[in-house]
Amino acid sequence: MAKRQREEPQINSSSMADIAFLLLIFFLVTTTIANDRGLSLQLPPNPEDIVDVDVKIPERNLFKILVNSSDNLLVEGEPLEDVSAIREMIKEFVLNEGKDPTSSDSPKEAIVSFKTDRGTSQEMFIKVLDEIQGAYYDMYADRIGVTNERWREIANDLSDPENKRLYDQGRGLKDGALEFPMNISIADPSKTN
Amino acid sequence: MSKFKKKANTKQEIPTSALPDIIFMLLFFFMVTTVMREVTINVKQRIPEATQLRKLQRKSLVSYIYIGEPKKASEFGSEPKIQINDAFADPKDIIQWVNEQKDELAENERDQLTIAMKVDEEAKRGLVSDVEIELRKANARKLLYTTLQSSED
Repeated sequence: MAKRQREEPQINSSSMADIAFLLLIFFLVTTTIANDRGLSLQLPPNPEDIVDVDVKIPERNLFKILVNSSDNLLVEGEPLEDVSAIREMIKEFVLNEGKDPTSSDSPKEAIVSFKTDRGTSQEMFIKVLDEIQGAYYDMYADRIGVTNERWREIANDLSDPENKRLYDQGRGLKDGALEFPMNISIADPSKTN
Repeated sequence: MSKFKKKANTKQEIPTSALPDIIFMLLFFFMVTTVMREVTINVKQRIPEATQLRKLQRKSLVSYIYIGEPKKASEFGSEPKIQINDAFADPKDIIQWVNEQKDELAENERDQLTIAMKVDEEAKRGLVSDVEIELRKANARKLLYTTLQSSED
């Protein structure tokens, strides 16, 4: 009799796990993992606000990429199969510094022009844009001696003054103007299919 | 005899009292790392892959546009459509929507509004660029094409 009194009272908590599981599954189903990552882009101003000035851009400073409605590539007038080859071509084009008369004058003048058709798939568009941005990120990263990955990390967090300094150095910010801008011109798709 | 009895009394159960704690830990992890679905997505979303991803820093400044084939093809057809908030929209509705989104932000942050476009990889560029032209008119020029990390890199 005395032994029985010493037994500790216990609450049966085995169903607690089940309750927690229910809550867990509810959250799994109703929420999404934040995947706010992607290719960032700054759109040009409203087409109606731009004053129509006829700026003549020399042919040599333009790197032309065209994609048609069947997702075929035309780079600098030549058909191209392999999308990943664009990256090296752009680097060569931008870093030409006036040596080759058919290539760009300087990184500042160089413009990558990317034109698609209305029938081009978004998948192809993303692939090409990825290569163009990759080429620029590679060049920026090289200028401050880091890897491409590290460059993007730096660019993601500009609140840190050290990162901001590296970021400006990579892009060549001097007196408010960029020496090494990322000039990507995305033309409005042609209306004809 | 008494010795034998004591041995028989030892419990064979595995203590499970820590199990709820473990599950709660998982639960809290999910509660912290995820966000509630704010809208029901009515369009198919096969997000394209890319390597040169950039991250968005401030969620409060981001608004989403979904583009893709409607999930209920029998009702809405199989042409890709634009979805903003809970409903399908036309490109001409976008200016008004952007202004509504801007009104929700503090005045000094309005020009930092970022539009994240979740575009199905099968969607055609024509529709996407119609949206872009409207965004330019609405002066919401920071754009992000949501992509997945490519496994090749």
